[in-house]
Amino acid sequence: MSDTLLSTKAISKTYAMGDIRVHALRHVDLDVTKGDFIAIMGASGSGKTTFMNLLGCLDKPTTGSYILDGITVHDMEDDKLTQIRNQKIGYVFQSFYLLPRTTALENVELPLLYRHGLSLHARHERAMKALKTVGLEDRAKHFPNQLSGGQQQRVAIARAIVNDPSFILADEPTGNLDTRTSIEVMSVLQELHAQGKTIIMVTHEPDIAQYAHRLITFRDGKIIQDKINKNRKDALQDLAQLPRIEDEEEEEE
Amino acid sequence: MSVLGILRIALKSLLRNKTRTFLTMLGIIIGVAAVITMLAIGQGAKNIVEEQVNSMGTNVVMVYSNFNRSTVRQAAGEGNLLSVEDVQAIKALDQVLYASPVYNSWGQLKYEGNNWRGSIMGVDADYFFIREMTTSRGDLFYPSDVENGSKICVIGKTVADNLFPDTDPIGKIMRIRNIPFTITGVLTPKGQNVMGQDQDDIVIAPYTTVYQRLLGHRWRVMSIIVSARSRDYIHILQQDILDLLQTRHHGTTAEEFVVSSQTELAETASSVSDTMTILLASIAGISLLVGGIGIMNIMLVSVTERIKEIGIRRAVGAGKRDVLLQFIIEAVAISFLGGLLGIALGVGASEALGNMMNWSVAVTLWSVLLSVGFSMAIGIFFGWYPARKAANLNLIDALRYE
Repeated sequence: MSDTLLSTKAISKTYAMGDIRVHALRHVDLDVTKGDFIAIMGASGSGKTTFMNLLGCLDKPTTGSYILDGITVHDMEDDKLTQIRNQKIGYVFQSFYLLPRTTALENVELPLLYRHGLSLHARHERAMKALKTVGLEDRAKHFPNQLSGGQQQRVAIARAIVNDPSFILADEPTGNLDTRTSIEVMSVLQELHAQGKTIIMVTHEPDIAQYAHRLITFRDGKIIQDKINKNRKDALQDLAQLPRIEDEEEEEE
Repeated sequence: MSVLGILRIALKSLLRNKTRTFLTMLGIIIGVAAVITMLAIGQGAKNIVEEQVNSMGTNVVMVYSNFNRSTVRQAAGEGNLLSVEDVQAIKALDQVLYASPVYNSWGQLKYEGNNWRGSIMGVDADYFFIREMTTSRGDLFYPSDVENGSKICVIGKTVADNLFPDTDPIGKIMRIRNIPFTITGVLTPKGQNVMGQDQDDIVIAPYTTVYQRLLGHRWRVMSIIVSARSRDYIHILQQDILDLLQTRHHGTTAEEFVVSSQTELAETASSVSDTMTILLASIAGISLLVGGIGIMNIMLVSVTERIKEIGIRRAVGAGKRDVLLQFIIEAVAISFLGGLLGIALGVGASEALGNMMNWSVAVTLWSVLLSVGFSMAIGIFFGWYPARKAANLNLIDALRYE
């Protein structure tokens, strides 16, 4: 039990759209072990995004329980949920969601700002370390619009790991990226996973899902498949096999 | 998160939109500057009025007969006219320091070829002490001159300039209505009074001479001017004089004499300038209010265009309180900084106006504190609504907002 990171029991989410009640999630049970790399797949409307919002404590379930790191979070007050989001979860979004006109370093620092008791110096140090992990320490002073899509997503990943969260929640992390950059981002995630991070990724691209260790498929608000990925791909290998192109990172600015 | 940290975030986001921040601030800058300038002009006017009233002496009491205004015609010399004996009686009162009758007359003034039409005052030597008058050249006249009915006089600067453009008037003989008067002195200039009258266009002579030579009668004392020992007892003194006059003039009512003090005049004058100041400041205050509405407008726009930013901040750990504080601080920072710049502009504008228009202006500390306090209150008041809107956004909607 000690290596269970989170577990949901009979978790449901119902929306009222006028008179109609939409059942986005129906009694979903899921256990995630520490060190998992999960890809959640499904067509649009299958409930995977709703499920991700619940896992990320961005939304609350209608019924069911959600326990994260031994803490019951499904009926938590807003203020406490804010702290959970800040310290236990690192988000990576499809369109990066970096603050515009804010340097990469400041963007990475953002979660640290909302945490008590960190000096300016400590924040800088941790943010720089996170940027180094994603290989962007030389872009710390760049604004998002001076970075390529892949670099922006790597800054977002740095922001996700800067608070050393319990798990990383990635929502279509490669949705806005081309193939090569997508694989680059996946290699960063695989590297983080190799370092022991738990990663939950939502994607609708089967070939991106293949980089994960565990594949979960949603349909009509339920998990219809949950299996270990036997023929897992290695992003670094795939990158090496891609035809060489001029490295776009070098032509920035 | 600490308030200091939120302050940093708020200031950073203001700096990201320098032009817009400045333009929003401009509303407050102009508002505060207008309030300060208007209050400075009002205060300046009030200071002048008070200065002039004080220059007439704050412990001075004027006594008039209401005879001329009475609808009942009475035989000349009868009843309630003031007399020189009244002056003596008033002078005997405890609280009285000086008292002098005042006879007023007009007449043609002549020296060699020069003519001037001037006002002639007949007074006792006490008058100079009451009005705190001195000469710039020559001498005043003395009680002995009054007793003797000497044909001497002192003149104001305006009279001196017009009748004696090239010569020294001291010792010269000037004709008032063809009666020769020797000039003993020229008064120190006093300038205009509160009503805008030239106080230097005056000839002052012993009252005995004036009633004997110019008026031809001695009973119609136009007014009596009295100075009290202390301004604290001025109201008591006024009542004492009124009682005394009623006793001396049997069968008269209190309405037939007017006993007024400079204090009353000062109060009236300063209440007039207070009203004017309030009026001016209110109009300026409206522009400050409009500036505040400008802040609210911009903050609302800012919240709308930063919905996604709010979503991101909330997702990575900003509480509702953090977002609320951030936007309120942004609004207050705009209004506070605008207030400071407004003070600088207001003080500058007051000085410039004072120099250009030759107005008296006085920027007071309380007007500065008032406008800064008011502008910060405006920031909180008009920042509250947009900030609440930002804090209460639905997190998922904010994140998905395009």
